[in-house]
Amino acid sequence: MEFGPHLVLALLEGSITAAVLALTAAGLALVFGILRVVNVAHGEFFMLGAVLAWFISTTLAEAFGAGPAIGFVAALLLAPPATALVAIAADRLVLRRIGYDPERTIVATIGLLYVLQQATLMSFGPEARPVEPPFNTRIALPWPERVDGSWALGWPWGFGTTSYKLFVIVAAVAVLVGLWLLLRHTRLGLIMRATEQDRDMARAFGIPVTRVYALVFGLGAALAALGAVLVVPIQQAHYLMGGDPLLLSFIVVIIGGLGSVGGTVVAAVLIGLTDGVVSVFFSATLAKIIATLLVAMVLVFRPQGLFGKASAR
Amino acid sequence: MKAWLLHLGVLALLVLAWFVLPPYHTGNLARILVLAVYAQGFNLVFGYAGLLSLGHALFFAAGLYGLGLSIQQFGLPALPAIGVALFFSAAVAAVTGYLALRTRGVAFMIVTLMFAQTGYLVVLYAGTWTRGDEGFVIARAARTLFGLDLADERIRYFAALTLFAIVFLSLAALVSSGFGRSLVAIRENEERARLLGYDVQRIKWRAIIVSGVVSGAAGAAYALLFGYAGATFASVQYSILPLLWVLLGGPGTTIGPLIGTVFMFYLVDFASEITDAYLLLVGLALIALTLFLPRGIAGELRRRGLTWLP
Repeated sequence: MEFGPHLVLALLEGSITAAVLALTAAGLALVFGILRVVNVAHGEFFMLGAVLAWFISTTLAEAFGAGPAIGFVAALLLAPPATALVAIAADRLVLRRIGYDPERTIVATIGLLYVLQQATLMSFGPEARPVEPPFNTRIALPWPERVDGSWALGWPWGFGTTSYKLFVIVAAVAVLVGLWLLLRHTRLGLIMRATEQDRDMARAFGIPVTRVYALVFGLGAALAALGAVLVVPIQQAHYLMGGDPLLLSFIVVIIGGLGSVGGTVVAAVLIGLTDGVVSVFFSATLAKIIATLLVAMVLVFRPQGLFGKASAR
Repeated sequence: MKAWLLHLGVLALLVLAWFVLPPYHTGNLARILVLAVYAQGFNLVFGYAGLLSLGHALFFAAGLYGLGLSIQQFGLPALPAIGVALFFSAAVAAVTGYLALRTRGVAFMIVTLMFAQTGYLVVLYAGTWTRGDEGFVIARAARTLFGLDLADERIRYFAALTLFAIVFLSLAALVSSGFGRSLVAIRENEERARLLGYDVQRIKWRAIIVSGVVSGAAGAAYALLFGYAGATFASVQYSILPLLWVLLGGPGTTIGPLIGTVFMFYLVDFASEITDAYLLLVGLALIALTLFLPRGIAGELRRRGLTWLP
């Protein structure tokens, strides 16, 4: 293949990374924005989503002979709420007891990271396990070629995508629109935004702030799990898979302006596409080195993020 | 006075340990002493200056690879290689510390984490020399200092103990000096320290450099005494471990790092015999410490009567 089709393929892979990343990072940004804490265990909620998706779909297939489509829909409906319950339990047992102190929360969530990861290792095992996609039609893509002095559409070999990959992008966009509607146009969203702006004032107006915190922590985890359920038919579930999404989400949330969900989504698209293109054409390790160093520099010289306005923090 | 007696008593006990403990435990203890040096370096910044760094593996690895690579690639003898390792870790700490100190709180933690992650990735990227995750073994012939064979069990134990004693006593002197007290003043109330005319940024920067050199010395000693350098030592896990040791032993105390390292080392050693998922214990310990024992063992003892504890 030539450069053009390669680039389009890279951008397509990048959009899938961007879509999943936007969901995961939006969860992290929501938690940071409202609870004002950094959840280092966020990547493990992503991993839990993927592992639960595998568990749900294989259990259904073995017990009732359900096809991949039913298994996938069940995973989509059950894995995010289950992950949210784990997160809410962690919030009640740990975060609330240390009063959401920013530094102690980081130490405690590092602990939570190891607990979730190692508990998964003990129960799920060290193998990577695949989940079958519900549908996976191959879609070949055309590319203009010069034939006998005039342009015509050709179908280069290996140039194409699958229906499932396109579905991932559409589904992620739909969820993000839903999240935006929830935050902007519902009473619950209003309560969440009020808590974000001034927790003492919100409490004075009778908003149950601790319950809002638990809910937001659960919602953040559910978004990460949802991203994982969507990507697991492409990527396989593994107990160590939480590391990369955590790092990338950190990068995205920092570039997008800490805590702003809108900026986070823009940054996710940017980072996802760059990641797709860079990892096709350059060494993946070099790309990661540059990205991590860049993020550190952004925090050092522009703590409000590239797109963020100067804020209280 | 009591404090100095305590320090000398601890060192005397460690000398005695060689003669009474079975070889398995003295072998462990040599490793623990080197790691406790690392924990003490971390404690200066975290326990005394109140800066929570999540990237100290960068300094440990700077010492480890500073020594390992100058022996392996440039054929330096051990003594100049130690010099290279110390200088390299000081330089890395000076540059990253200067940049990271422009931020505070959570941003400081993330920036240090990112710097360390960059260092880890560089180690992997430079796989031609570092051999990445697999690491490389430093030949026994190169591991001699003043004519002593550092691979010998007894010499290794006392070499580790000597390094530990030097760091233990000098840090104890440092934290009771004017510099150490100004660090505590900054930790307790940074605004007030600034108001009193202290150059807060400069003092913190110095603390990070000293801490980086001590951590680098631990890394260099690890490579020299145990003859191995690998990327694991640059990974996030090795930034979290000193935090865990210091939290358990007692941040801002001189004997806390040693206590924490001993306890945690044996806890992990015990757990890894039972299950592969021994890191589960590390996680549970971190959570339990933040919840129930934020001052650590030595800090709790100090609060409950032993107020003279340094």
